[in-house]
Amino acid sequence: MYQYIIRRILIFIPMLFFLTVIVFALLKAAPGDPYSRILDPEISAQDLEDLREAGGLNESIVVQYVNWVTAATKGDFGESFRYVGRDVSDLIMSRLPNTIYLSIFALAITLIVAIPIGIYSARNPYSPLDYFATGFGFFGLAVPNFFFGLVAIYLLSVKLGWFPAQGYMSSSSGDGFAAFIDRLHHLVLPGLTLGLASTASYMRYMRSEVLSVLGSDYIRTAKAKGMTERTVLYKHTLRNAMIPIITLFGFEIGALVSGAVITEGVFTFPGIGMLLIESIGTRDYPVIMAITLLLGVFILVGNLIADILYSIVDPRIRYD
Amino acid sequence: METKELPKEMKMDNPQGDDNKKIKKGKTPFQLAMGRFMKNKAAVISVVVLLLIIVAVIAAPLITSHDPTESNLRNIEKGPSSEHYLGTDSSGRDTFARMLYGGRVSLIVGFSAMIFTLVIGVILGSIAGYYGGRVDSIIMRFADMMLILPFLVLVLVVVSILPKVTIGIFVAVIALTSWPGLTRIVRGSYLSLREQEFVLGAKAIGARDFRIIFKHFIPNAIGPIVVNATLMMASYIIAESALSFIGFGIPQPTPTWGNMLSEAQSIRILQNNPEAWIPPGLAILVTVLCINFIGDGLRDAFDPKSSKRS
Repeated sequence: MYQYIIRRILIFIPMLFFLTVIVFALLKAAPGDPYSRILDPEISAQDLEDLREAGGLNESIVVQYVNWVTAATKGDFGESFRYVGRDVSDLIMSRLPNTIYLSIFALAITLIVAIPIGIYSARNPYSPLDYFATGFGFFGLAVPNFFFGLVAIYLLSVKLGWFPAQGYMSSSSGDGFAAFIDRLHHLVLPGLTLGLASTASYMRYMRSEVLSVLGSDYIRTAKAKGMTERTVLYKHTLRNAMIPIITLFGFEIGALVSGAVITEGVFTFPGIGMLLIESIGTRDYPVIMAITLLLGVFILVGNLIADILYSIVDPRIRYD
Repeated sequence: METKELPKEMKMDNPQGDDNKKIKKGKTPFQLAMGRFMKNKAAVISVVVLLLIIVAVIAAPLITSHDPTESNLRNIEKGPSSEHYLGTDSSGRDTFARMLYGGRVSLIVGFSAMIFTLVIGVILGSIAGYYGGRVDSIIMRFADMMLILPFLVLVLVVVSILPKVTIGIFVAVIALTSWPGLTRIVRGSYLSLREQEFVLGAKAIGARDFRIIFKHFIPNAIGPIVVNATLMMASYIIAESALSFIGFGIPQPTPTWGNMLSEAQSIRILQNNPEAWIPPGLAILVTVLCINFIGDGLRDAFDPKSSKRS
């Protein structure tokens, strides 16, 4: 197992390298450079050329890549094109916490809803709730999350006025606990929207996993030994059914990331997804590429963690 | 397509069937799979609904006389009327006409992106899976690299670099960023086929690589390819609408379902004109739902072992 973990971490390194290569290539393919935005009429073409020379833009592409990666590891992605003088990392850090809260909230909804319902459906297959859950599963995977978000705004915010439709906090939210509740209140609709698709897929997986585990021999043995229904369910069934769920988590991170971009767009929720949309609208390439790199790193780390957890949870797997 | 008619056609292909009705041999695996597919109610209904949608969007000029791109600033954000069934949008364009013509664009984008991805995925997957070795590792490392970023984010970033986006460019961007998934699947099924005796047999009688791939590998891997291509089309339709919604997909005034939904970004339209944005949203939902049911039906049909209801 340890060997596998070490090997898995070693694979992570070239993947990270590839990611930086892709993002750097995209950055280079984007038109313009940090100096082409300077509109000062006093500056001559010669001065701009000198600036480029000093900024290392006339070096070979490899040197430029190395410089860029070295700076990036220190969190230095240069300055934003749009907010002149503002560091890209500064801009991202001001938005990142919101996205993290949103993702955690969505994930919590997913797990709280999907796992119990999935288990219930598997234990009572073809019951009314099971049919409902299956229908919901198909619906959740087919409805585009932004459309769901719009309908949620229309019904729950505009018509019923239960939840705020935009932003991440009220202007007069107070402090302490009241502020926390206010934040949570703002997270409900975007969180539901972001969590919808993954709730649907987790539910389907949970159902089919529990069903297949329930049909296996060792469950029959456990029941034959006279174990209670509870023990069989929690000690034998769930532990085994959770294994593929962890793998699914690895896959779902990518969906969560792209879902967050669209969801934040629908709710004008000021996270990095919204920042990405704004930056694409204004062609703010340093910010676009920094966010892309960040999202890529999230996904790589998430997959790494999922794989490691997987090897810990399921000792049966052999890796050779 | 009626369920009952199909077996007859199958027997037409099968000379034994005409003489002796009880003989079931001679059906190809593909025909068997189609037979199973026809028994799946949800999938067959989905095919019918999808066909209705396709006919409606093709027959758009017959159904409505309005031009979907003709704006009329004196007649904006009007509610439904006998002239404009679903009212008009913020530029005074007829929403109903945009629904039909927008469906055309959304379906064409989804379908052509799927075909384009299929071509790239099958070619690269075939090369990697058939030849193995170095070519294989180069292609698959490249695929791994492309798979790091979620496809939606990758499309978004690539679109941001391009000076101008047209339907053709958009389709190309989708296909060029999403081929790795299918390539992996094709390669995966080739790996087990490669060791089979009939392939050795084909090689022994001197069949060329190209022939082996087309005559032996692709037909044997057709199940996973068709299933994934179908589900891919659904995800492309969603991706197109999501990107058009946030304004980085197919540019206005070309109608697409996603473009129409972006109208609802204005809280005024969201609140007062639900008839302007709910129908295109439902259209996406129904289309994607149908395609997903068809995809599931195909999966069960091609791989009966997997047919646990989920």
